[in-house]
Amino acid sequence: MTSTLLELSNLTKVYPGVVANDAVCVSISFGEIHAILGENGAGKSTLVKMIYGLIKPDAGTMQMFGDEFAPSDPRTARAAGVGMVFQHFSLFNALTVAENIALGMENPPPMRTLTTRIREVSKSYGLPLSPDRIVGDLSAGEQQRVEIIRCLLQEPKLLIMDEPTSVLTPQEVKILFKTLRKISAEGTAILYISHKLEEIRSLCSAATILRRGKVVGTCVPKITSARDMAELMVGDKLAIPKGNTSPTGTVILSVTSLSVRSSSPFGMELKDITFEVRAGEVLGIGGVAGNGQDELLAVLSGELMCRSSMVNFKNVDVTKLGPEARRQIGILAAPEERLGHASVPGMSLTENAMLTGATREKLSNRGILNWHKTRAFAERIIKDFDVRTPGPENAARSLSGGNLQKFVIGREVLQKPEVLVVNQPTWGVDAAAAADIRQALLDLTASGSALVVISQDLDELMEISDNFAALNEGRLSTPVATQGLDVEKIGLMLGGAHSTEMANV
Amino acid sequence: MIQLELRPQPSATMAYATPILAVVLTMIFGGLLFALLGKDPLQAIITIFWEPIFGEHSFYYRPQLLVKGAPLVLIAVGLAVGFKAGIWNIGAEGQYIVGAICAAAMGLAFYPTESIFIFPLMVLAGAFGGLVWAMIPGVLKVKFGTNEILVSLMLVYVAEQLLASVSLGLLKNPEGFGFPGSRNLQQYASAHNTEIIANTGMHWGVVAALIAVIFSHVLFTRHRLGFAIRVTGEAPRAARFGGVNPSQIILFCLGMSGVLAGLAGMFEVAGPAGQISIDFNVGYGFTAIIVAFLGRLNPIGIVFASLLMALTYIGGDIAQSQLGLPAAAIQVFQGMLLFFLLALDLLTNYRLRISNVERKS
Amino acid sequence: MDLSAINPILLIAAMIAASTPILLAAIGELVVERAGVLNLGVEGMMITGAVCGFIIAVNTGSPLVGFIAAALGGALLSFLFAFLTQVTLANQVASGLALTLFGLGLSALMGQSYVGIKPPQMVDTQMGFLSDIPIFGPIIFGHNIIIYLGLLIVAGTWATLKFTRAGLVLRAVGENHDAAHALGYKVKRIRTLAILFGGACAGLGGAYISLIRVPQWTEGMTAGVGWIALALVVFASWKPWRVLLGAYLFGGITQVQLNLQAAGVVFPVSSIGITIIIICVIIASWNLIFAKKKSRQYYFWLLFLSIAGVFFTIFFQGATVPFKVEYLAMSPYLMTIIVLVILSADKSRAPGSLGRAFHASQ
Repeated sequence: MTSTLLELSNLTKVYPGVVANDAVCVSISFGEIHAILGENGAGKSTLVKMIYGLIKPDAGTMQMFGDEFAPSDPRTARAAGVGMVFQHFSLFNALTVAENIALGMENPPPMRTLTTRIREVSKSYGLPLSPDRIVGDLSAGEQQRVEIIRCLLQEPKLLIMDEPTSVLTPQEVKILFKTLRKISAEGTAILYISHKLEEIRSLCSAATILRRGKVVGTCVPKITSARDMAELMVGDKLAIPKGNTSPTGTVILSVTSLSVRSSSPFGMELKDITFEVRAGEVLGIGGVAGNGQDELLAVLSGELMCRSSMVNFKNVDVTKLGPEARRQIGILAAPEERLGHASVPGMSLTENAMLTGATREKLSNRGILNWHKTRAFAERIIKDFDVRTPGPENAARSLSGGNLQKFVIGREVLQKPEVLVVNQPTWGVDAAAAADIRQALLDLTASGSALVVISQDLDELMEISDNFAALNEGRLSTPVATQGLDVEKIGLMLGGAHSTEMANV
Repeated sequence: MIQLELRPQPSATMAYATPILAVVLTMIFGGLLFALLGKDPLQAIITIFWEPIFGEHSFYYRPQLLVKGAPLVLIAVGLAVGFKAGIWNIGAEGQYIVGAICAAAMGLAFYPTESIFIFPLMVLAGAFGGLVWAMIPGVLKVKFGTNEILVSLMLVYVAEQLLASVSLGLLKNPEGFGFPGSRNLQQYASAHNTEIIANTGMHWGVVAALIAVIFSHVLFTRHRLGFAIRVTGEAPRAARFGGVNPSQIILFCLGMSGVLAGLAGMFEVAGPAGQISIDFNVGYGFTAIIVAFLGRLNPIGIVFASLLMALTYIGGDIAQSQLGLPAAAIQVFQGMLLFFLLALDLLTNYRLRISNVERKS
Repeated sequence: MDLSAINPILLIAAMIAASTPILLAAIGELVVERAGVLNLGVEGMMITGAVCGFIIAVNTGSPLVGFIAAALGGALLSFLFAFLTQVTLANQVASGLALTLFGLGLSALMGQSYVGIKPPQMVDTQMGFLSDIPIFGPIIFGHNIIIYLGLLIVAGTWATLKFTRAGLVLRAVGENHDAAHALGYKVKRIRTLAILFGGACAGLGGAYISLIRVPQWTEGMTAGVGWIALALVVFASWKPWRVLLGAYLFGGITQVQLNLQAAGVVFPVSSIGITIIIICVIIASWNLIFAKKKSRQYYFWLLFLSIAGVFFTIFFQGATVPFKVEYLAMSPYLMTIIVLVILSADKSRAPGSLGRAFHASQ
C-alpha cells in the first residue's frame, strides 16, 4: 500500500516497573488526521516521543515512506519530515518569536527573510503572529501558534500534536481545528494525541486507542459513539460523583476587588477579582492555564501578599496572615505543582505530612516536632485515600503522579478545612483516582466546608461545582450557577472579549 | 554505555559510603601526586594519617587534633545550617577574623585588670563580631536580593585589610618594639583561653564546638525551625507554601554561621594563636566548607570530618618537616577530597546502569 | 598632599591596563552563564592560568607562549568543573567553590620554585606615529597585545551572541535547557564548550596579572579578582559591552587607589559629606527617571540626608586624615558590594536555567 506514510510495528518501551508501550502497531496514511486516544499514563506521550527521536524504543521498528526509520534524535526526525507541537511548550520565554522559530529549524534563512516568512505563513493559516515579540509576553494560545508555525515552516510530512487543546479556549480550539483541516488537506498527516472524545470525533478520520501501553482498538471516530470510545479507553465503568444542591450556608470566604502583581517575571497580574463562597458550596474557576490561576491560589493560601481587606474570612480581614496563620483559622490550599510546591520531592511522606499539618494536627508543640504523631497522620492519609506506596518513609518523588496527588489532597482534606482552595486537583491523574479525589472534595462540602476548585478541565468543573466563574487575563467573570450553562456560554466567559473577535475570523 | 537513572529515593547506604569512598580515592590520587613530587607515596600517606595519632610523638600531636579540629567544627556546623537551606555563606573566614578582632579588642580594653567577667565578655564580643559581619550579606540579601556568595566573600578581603590595619594600629602592642601584632593574650590570665585539662588540647573552644554540634543536631531532628531550613533548601516554593518566611531563614542561617565563626575566631585568638597579627587567619573558614560537605552537612558527620581535616593539617606539617613535602600539597589534597566527594555524590541520587543498546545511525 | 604626582593621561592608560584581567575573566564567565551554568571557580581558574603562564613563559622565554599555556591551563581546570557539573550532576555552587580551593592549592604547589623570579617581558605593540598623538596616543595605542585581544574577545562574544546561530543556540540552552533538549540540541556538550571557553579566558586574565601587571609569581596573587569578575557579570546584566564598562570602572578604582597609596595622599574629611550628597542626588534622580514611584517620605529622607551632608561638609571643611593603605586596599571589594546592591533588584535579565543541573530524564 503506497498511501501509508508511517508504519509502527511492535514498538515497545519499558521503564523500571512499568511497560510504557507494549508492542504498539499504528499505521498512518498521507494527509489523514489520526488520533491516538488514551487516558493519562496510557503511553501516548512515550509513543510520540519515539517517533520524534526523543526516546529510543527497546524493541520494534518504524517505517516511513516504506523505508526503515529510526531517528536517533529530534534533528533526524525533523529532517525526515516529522514536526511536533508539545503539550508543555518547548519555547524560550526570553527570546523573540523569530528566534524561537529559528531554533526549531535545521537551516534557518537569515533573520530578515525569516520574519517575512513567519508573517506570510501565519497569515495564510489564520494564526496571526508578530515575529518580534518576546515569547514570554504571549498568551498560551499565541505560544502554541509559535510552535505550530515553527513546524509548518519545515514543511513536515507528519505533524504531531500532543494534547493541543488543553490550553485553549473553545473559540481558540475552533480556529486551531480550521488550521489543522487546512494542513491535512494540503497532504500533511497529523497525529493527534488527546483524551477528549468530542474533539476527536469532530476532527479525526481514524483513531487508535491505547490503554496501559497496549493498543486496545482502532475505530473511525466519526461513526463511533463517544460512549463506545470511552469504554475502550477506560476499560471499566467509573463512579461519577453526584453534584449537590445549591448551597444556602453563610458566606465563609469573600474576596473583594483583589488586585495584585505576580511575584514571577512572566506571571499574570490579578485585576479586580471579586467573589464569595458559602459553606457547603463549590465554586469552580475555569480558564486556560497561565491566566492567573497560580497567583489566585497564592493570594488565598497566603503565599502572595495583597493589600488589606481584599480577602475576608467570616468577615474578618485575613490579608495580613501568612500561610501558617491561615491554616490555623481553617483556610487550606493544594497547589497545582505536586512536586516542589505542594510537596518536597526528596523528603518522606511523613515529613511532607508535617509540611502543612504541623499546626492543625498539633504535630509540633512550641516548635518541638512530634514525629511519632506525624507518622500516624501520614499513615492515615495513605489509608483513607488509598495512596499506593510501601509506607510513609518513602520519598514523595517515588510516588506516581496520581498517588502523590491523592496524598496532597488527602493531607488537606483530613485537616477538616473551613475553606479549601485546590488548583488542578486531577491534572495528570488516572480516571479512577480522579473520581476518588472529586468524591472526597464533594464529601468535604457535605460537611460544611467551602471549596474553591480551579481547573482547566471544564467537564470536571461542571460535574462538581455549584457556581462557575472564568479566569481570563487575570480577571474573573462574575460567578453564575452551573446549572443551565452550556459549552458555548462557558467558552465566551473563558475567552473574554479577545477571543469572541477571534471566533469570527 | 553507562546511563544514569534517578533513584526513587536517595540511597541511605550511599550517603554514608560516599565520604569514605572519597577519602580512599583521595588517598590513592594524593599518593600519586606525592609520587610525582618525588616522595614515597606510602610513606607520605603514613606520615600524614598515622604518625599524628599512633606515631612516636603522638603525645604531642593528639591534643593538636582538638586544637585544630574545634574551630573547624564550629565554623562547619554553622555553614552546614546555611548550606542546607541553600544559603551559601562562603565568607566564614572574614567572620572568623572579625570575631577574633572584636574579642581581642574587648579583652585588651580591660588590660591589665584581672576579672572573671572579661573572658565571657570576650566570648560575647567574638560572637557579636561574627554576627555583624555575617549580617551584612544577610540584610543585603533580604533587602535588596544581593547575592550572598559574592558579598560574604568580598567581606573576607575587607576583613583581611581590617586585620592588617588593627595589627599595625589600633591593637598594636605598645610594648612590642614596633613589631606588628597585639599583646599576647596567653600572658593575660583573664583573657586566656586555657586548656581545661592540661596537655589534652581541650580548651573552651572544644566545649563550645560540642555544644554547637548538639544544638544543631537537635535543631535539625526535633525543631520546627530546622525542618523549615531543610524544606527551604530542598524546595523553596514548598517552603513558602508551608508557611516559612524566607527572610527569617536567610537571617537565621547567616546569623548562626556568623556567630559560630566569630566564636571560633575568639577561641583561637585567646588560646592557640594568642594574639592578633597580620597572618592570624590560616584559612579555617575555607577548609570548613570542605568539612561541611565531607560531613554531609550533618553535625555529627562534621565532627568526624573535622578530625580528619585536622589530621591532614597536622600530618601535613610533619610531612613538611620530615619529608620536605610542600605545604601546598596538603591544600591540593584537601581540594581533591572535595572533588571526589561531589562527584561521588551522584551515587546517592542516581543509579548507574550499564546498557548495551547499540546506537543506530 | 601631592596629587600632581599623578599624571591623568598615564592614569587612564594604566586604568585600561588594570581592567584587563577582570575583563578577560568576566567575559568568559558571561558566556558560561549565558549557557546557564554558574561557575564560581573563576578565581581558581585565574590563579591556575597565572601560574601556568608564568612557568611556561619563564621556561620558554616567550610571554606569548606563556599566555597560550595559561589559556590551556585554565581550560583544563574548568574541564574538571564541567565533568563534575555536567557528567556527575554535582551542585554548581559547591563545585565552583571546590574548583577555587583546588586551584589555589594547585597553583601554590606548582609555583613554589618560581617565587621571586622575573618573567620575560612582553613588548608593547609598536603603533608608530599613532602612539605619539597627544593624549589619545598613550591612552588608546601603545598597549600590549593582550589588551587588544581582550577587546577583541568582547566584540567577538557580543557579535556571536547577537548575530550567529551558535550564539542563539547558546542563549537558548541557558534560557530553557529542557526545551533546547526537546529540540535536539546537545545541552551538555554546548555547556561543556562554554565552560572551557570561560576557563581559557580566566586563565588568560590570570596570566596577565602574573606576566604583565605585577610581574612575578606570588601565592594567591589574584586576590579576589576572579570573584569581582563574577560580580561584574551581574553588574553587566549579562551583556558583553556592559562587562567592558564595568571592567573599566573596577580597573579604574583599583588603579586610582594604588596611585593614591603611592602618592601618600591625605583624605579631606569633608569629602564624605560631598559623597553623601552626590549619592542622594543620584538615587533620587534614578528613582524619578527609571524606577517605580516612591513615597514622599522616601524623598524627604533623601533630602534630610543631603542637608546633613551639607552641614557635615561645612563643619569639617579643611580637616584631613591621612589615607591608610589598608582602607584604600579595601575599596575595590567594597565597591563590588555597593554595585551588587544597586543592581541586584533587576534579575530579569538572568538566563532562565542559570545554576540548574540538567539531566535528560524521559
